[in-house]
Amino acid sequence: MSGTNAQLDAVIAKYRGKHGILIPLLQEVQALEGYLSRPSMRYVGEQIGVSSAEIFGVATFYSMFHLEPQGKHVIKVCKGTACHVSKANAIADALREALKLESGEITTSDMSFTLMEVACLGCCSLAPVIMIDGQTFGKLTPEAIPGILERFAY
Amino acid sequence: MQTISVKVGMASCGMAAGASEVYQKLEAYLAESKLPVSLSKTACIGMCFEEPLVEFSGAEAGRLTIGAASAETITTALDEYLAGGIPNQRIILSDKSEAIHNELISNQVRIVLRNCGVIDPESLPEYEAQGGYQALKQALKMAPEEIVDLVKASGLRGRGGAGFSTGMKWSFAQKAPGPKKYVVCNADEGDPGAFMDRSVLEGDPHSIIEGMIIGAFAMGADEGYIYCRAEYPLAIKHLEKAIADAEAAHLLGQNILGSGFNFELHIKEGAGAFVCGEETALMQSIEGKRGMPTIRPPFPAESGLWGKPTNINNVETWANISWIISHGAEAFRAFGTEKSPGTKVFALAGKVAGGGLIEVPMGITIRDIIYKVGGGMKTELPFKAVQLGGPSGGCIPADLLDTIVDYDSITKTGAIMGSGGMVVMDTGNCMVDVARFFLNFTQNESCGKCTFCRIGTRRMLEILTRITEGKGELEDIDKLEALAVNIIKGSLCGLGQTAPNPVLTTLKYFKDEYLAHIVDKRCPSAVCNALIRYQVIPEKCIGCTACARKCPVGCISGKVKEIHLIDQDKCIKCGACFQACKFGAIAKN
Repeated sequence: MSGTNAQLDAVIAKYRGKHGILIPLLQEVQALEGYLSRPSMRYVGEQIGVSSAEIFGVATFYSMFHLEPQGKHVIKVCKGTACHVSKANAIADALREALKLESGEITTSDMSFTLMEVACLGCCSLAPVIMIDGQTFGKLTPEAIPGILERFAY
Repeated sequence: MQTISVKVGMASCGMAAGASEVYQKLEAYLAESKLPVSLSKTACIGMCFEEPLVEFSGAEAGRLTIGAASAETITTALDEYLAGGIPNQRIILSDKSEAIHNELISNQVRIVLRNCGVIDPESLPEYEAQGGYQALKQALKMAPEEIVDLVKASGLRGRGGAGFSTGMKWSFAQKAPGPKKYVVCNADEGDPGAFMDRSVLEGDPHSIIEGMIIGAFAMGADEGYIYCRAEYPLAIKHLEKAIADAEAAHLLGQNILGSGFNFELHIKEGAGAFVCGEETALMQSIEGKRGMPTIRPPFPAESGLWGKPTNINNVETWANISWIISHGAEAFRAFGTEKSPGTKVFALAGKVAGGGLIEVPMGITIRDIIYKVGGGMKTELPFKAVQLGGPSGGCIPADLLDTIVDYDSITKTGAIMGSGGMVVMDTGNCMVDVARFFLNFTQNESCGKCTFCRIGTRRMLEILTRITEGKGELEDIDKLEALAVNIIKGSLCGLGQTAPNPVLTTLKYFKDEYLAHIVDKRCPSAVCNALIRYQVIPEKCIGCTACARKCPVGCISGKVKEIHLIDQDKCIKCGACFQACKFGAIAKN
């Protein structure tokens, strides 16, 4: 699945001529493909008259931009303070084990799940917390992880 | 007869605890039974540890809040309530009878959170029914200088952390030459362990919008931005609805309420960068650039967004404004201390029993917050420290629990008030590990502009990691202290200038823990993996083999009904045996 130029043109048209638009524009471009591909970034730059270097600079600065394809479901493991002191590391380990991710890998080989660590999901009193596709799960134990993942299986 | 109303707390944390199921069950039940009950959604009631929360009101038993509500029993509870009784549920708050947490809530003062958990945040009429937008009407009849003077007289200080006088900040922007000026709401709440702003954004978006319109009118701005982090989708949804409703009601846009004043408000979604909570970085980000801080001066009040005078305030600061206009500076000063008037919202989390969102008058002691408002400790282990101010703050130990909460007293301890994250820790938490945790965070989030922040935090993190792995040396402590001083001096913005605080405060109050890691190669709280030893307690081991079967590296020897033994050379310290043993025969120390 890749954003065609026609799709990109439609997104760019909404922002053309306005100022301070690069971040929301890239967010919409990312929503088309699930990540920012190099051809898309280059095309957007050509269309709005911004250098590829500046676009790449913005895309790599913010953690919400992804330069690699993402899995079908995105799991965010909260590594905030409250979660950290409530053993968030054990939750992350349980997720890696259940998803059979080797160290350094963040996406499963079948592209079904991407696992990322985030600073804080703001649900501290339910620590430890994870979010899968926008749905939050709290007061977790490592044992609860396989059951939760099953609900999102494929 | 008074209408019976049922409200379900549907903020992010309520939803995470299962509030949607409870709401759907009630909705289906009421549709089928046609009972004369009004069902609505509200946001954060504050008692997050009791989620999901449902409030009943209007019947004989008065206003009741049910904690840990479940979809299975909620309709029965409603029937019991309608019949005039008190439902057989976990009643946590009640205005007519005894309830589990009545006392905890009585120690709070709610100015910023006045509407959170009370109104439906997506309803403008409900906000107006609580007196919403009256302050705006009043302000539009005042001279702009009068408004700034009133805010100055209230003594309100910026709730984002630094505590600068809001009135002073407003007067700078007001005096700056126009005609184009901006006001900005900093809703990029990035401190891990803090969720005050999320709760206000989700629970009472109009209070922020009203404050911003008043501020824009006072300072002569005609355009504003709310910069909200993208991790808060529900907050953004509620803000969008609130802005659209306010525009339709002529509270925003051209010629507001016929006054001739124009103000346009936009939402800018962040893209995930902690440093964007710093005001100059935030403005860079609104302009669509990498969010890197710039040198001050010029201050935003002179040259901010697109080079125009700009005023930036935090969510909580904005939410105080309309209350101050309506009630006056004196009423605000009735709460808090001489130099820090008013209240402060805290996100209480960690090992405290009553984690959630609280609002207390300034001047209360930290002890009272934890024990009288937070209900004491959650675990059986004793209190060890409270972390205030997130990655920019520090850990306050038990013997400073009587420190009062105001900007200046907390700064004296080496921590900072910060935006209001308060994470309680017990003796099971390792302070070196906590310091390492925060340094890992700031090191990741450093934008890289200043050398000391970029490389210095990395060196500090390496040293801390080394110490938690048992490879630390005594001179590492001196190195940490020297690096800390240089990073504070050599950084442009608040991120770098405060990044060493978690290390400095833990070194100041918990030096013995650092020494235990370095000299004795021991983690007193048994947190740092490399320093933990798992051993079989021979008297307790019954030889069930559970541990040996779980051990992933096969380092536990022993036959059935024989005492087992862990080979320390092979042990990878995964803790599987500790989890597996049902007889408490594995010691972790």
